[in-house]
Amino acid sequence: METRKIRTDVLIIGGGTAGCFAAITLGRKSGLNVLIAEKANIRRSGCLAAGVNALNAYITKGKIPQDYVDYARRDAEGIVREDLLLSMAGRLNHVTKELEDLGLVILKDENGEYVTRGPRNIKINGENIKPLLAEAAASQEHVTVLNHVNITDLKVEISGEEGEKETEGRRIAGAWGFDVNQEIFYDIDAGAVICASGGAAGLYRPNNPGFSRHKMWYPPFNTGAGYAMGILAGAEMTTFEMRFIALRCKDTIAPVGTIAQGVGARQINSRGEVYENRYGLTTSQRVYGTAMENREGRGPCYLRTDQISEEQQQDLYKAYLNMAPAQTLRWLESGRGPSVENVEIEGTEPYIVGGHTASGYWVDGNRQTTIRGLYAAGDVAGGCPQKYVTGALAEGEIAAEAAIEYLKAQDDRRHRNDDIQESNAAREDSGTRENNGKELSEQGKAKKAEYEAFLEKSPSLLTAEQLEENMQKIMDQYAGGISMDYRFSETQLKIAAEKIAGVQQLIQELSAGNMDDLLRIYELKERLVVCQVLIAHLMARKETRWHSFAENTDYPQKSDNWMKYVNSRMQNGKIKIIYRDLVTGGEKYEHSDSER
Amino acid sequence: MSIQIRRDKCVGCGRCVEACPGNLIKPDQEGKAAIRHIRDCWGCTSCVKECRADAIFYYLGADMGGRGSTLTVSDKGDLNIWKIEDPQGKVQILEVSKKTANQY
Repeated sequence: METRKIRTDVLIIGGGTAGCFAAITLGRKSGLNVLIAEKANIRRSGCLAAGVNALNAYITKGKIPQDYVDYARRDAEGIVREDLLLSMAGRLNHVTKELEDLGLVILKDENGEYVTRGPRNIKINGENIKPLLAEAAASQEHVTVLNHVNITDLKVEISGEEGEKETEGRRIAGAWGFDVNQEIFYDIDAGAVICASGGAAGLYRPNNPGFSRHKMWYPPFNTGAGYAMGILAGAEMTTFEMRFIALRCKDTIAPVGTIAQGVGARQINSRGEVYENRYGLTTSQRVYGTAMENREGRGPCYLRTDQISEEQQQDLYKAYLNMAPAQTLRWLESGRGPSVENVEIEGTEPYIVGGHTASGYWVDGNRQTTIRGLYAAGDVAGGCPQKYVTGALAEGEIAAEAAIEYLKAQDDRRHRNDDIQESNAAREDSGTRENNGKELSEQGKAKKAEYEAFLEKSPSLLTAEQLEENMQKIMDQYAGGISMDYRFSETQLKIAAEKIAGVQQLIQELSAGNMDDLLRIYELKERLVVCQVLIAHLMARKETRWHSFAENTDYPQKSDNWMKYVNSRMQNGKIKIIYRDLVTGGEKYEHSDSER
Repeated sequence: MSIQIRRDKCVGCGRCVEACPGNLIKPDQEGKAAIRHIRDCWGCTSCVKECRADAIFYYLGADMGGRGSTLTVSDKGDLNIWKIEDPQGKVQILEVSKKTANQY
């Protein structure tokens, strides 16, 4: 493999929703050099590839940011970081305006006010939302985009400056990765890193496990890379046990909100009874209700659409083309549109995704992780559910502003220490540019050798695809997947942990014929690390706080004793569980040396 | 769920190879686009939108109830023109304005 060494001020891992907006913010508010490393191409990568047709996190007229915090807290049964929710909610409308300024079409009434769809949502034409964000990010003067480069590991130094127990003096120094098409190893030095690589799909056996296995809710290319690299570098994670399961149109796994909120369709069972009121209206209760109706013989379940008008039906066809074209194709090729036939719904497989639930990096108010200089934004950042698109933008902005301050403080400290020489040297060396003169560090050499070992190995009997299918089957059957109605017991989780560890050991048997194969091996590795932490978290919370999301058959009730966060950190390959008190009211959480 | 690339129409411009958010499309030996992992398509239609040669269509796998109709889209100024063609050749056209927000 060829080696390319790059030095930059701020590295952004993942050019999706949060990553692009972090780059835009850094471009506008600083002269710092910024590098976006993106596994695919930022033009259509991440959650917004096909488009979206509403912004679901907006403070509508008459509401205040605290209302959004209260909603998200209720929906998550209390396990949220109110400080993070409030700082996000306060920026939702401002980032929406930024999107409109970039060219996003937002529906307005005759008075020029945004038209709402429900209490927190506004209507848009979001087919081109990702190209708009990507173009704005790439056009910033000091932003460089490195497409088709997959980051696998964080470079972390032990600074010894702070001595905080949570950070153990860890400080970010950059990252390692590889080109997904050519044999190139990347060694990137960065003063600060913003991790924005998205959540984790593909952990569990999906709804369509065969030919259409990737017809899923979340991008199947979001493999939990950001979580995995943080976990392996010793960063603290929170609330992985709050899995996310989406309620979707059957087979196409297309969104239901457009129908439910757009034409006011209710959830009914096969007897025509509206069942949603029996189970409650939180996100998890809606999934649970559907699972229970099926379990008790009253399925399948539907959204009642057979009374909508032809005009409404035509509008739905167009709305779905702008975000989930499969559903429109399904309606038209079957000749049975929603006005003729109610839309069948089902729950998806579980995902880990901090934009909808509270799973992810444990961060402070600035979205700084427990590794100094490493920030998390969007679906990788924990504690702050119900982000949707605008919340991810808000977090990208918060993380970018904090990274600017962090680098400024580092620069100031160098000056204070009269170490002008070092400071000047650092500044001269800064800028996103190739820096191939220096030799790789020992750790860098080891990482490169790790990639090369897979490429040099003769073809193996086992493949990453086989191991992935085995992982998904284990998670499905022993860690509460679709086939188990999302339920699990401690006995099953112990089996899941053992079997997942067994799959992890087989990774070293795999071989890569080219860089595309290597990408698949690393995506599998990432998912397995996320599974390992997820199982430990499911085991640790001994209650059922969220039906379906974490349905523990040994502890079927909710308990006040569990009004706390379940966090974790990997130490010497083992997952250590850390319990932390809730951050509520006006409290602000900062990382400190008081480990509880 | 997947896409199919019509090799005879592909001009090898590489736009779809560049845009696929899953790195699933690679150039073949003659530089024409080929989907390497047919089962791994998310169905986002990014490649269909990028293609200027009308060489890529999208369809629903029979495992999820697909019946062999194809979906393509072309960019006509302020409109996206979506075309669905069934196996018998019957065509349905849906014009979606880029300047109008969804009603739902």
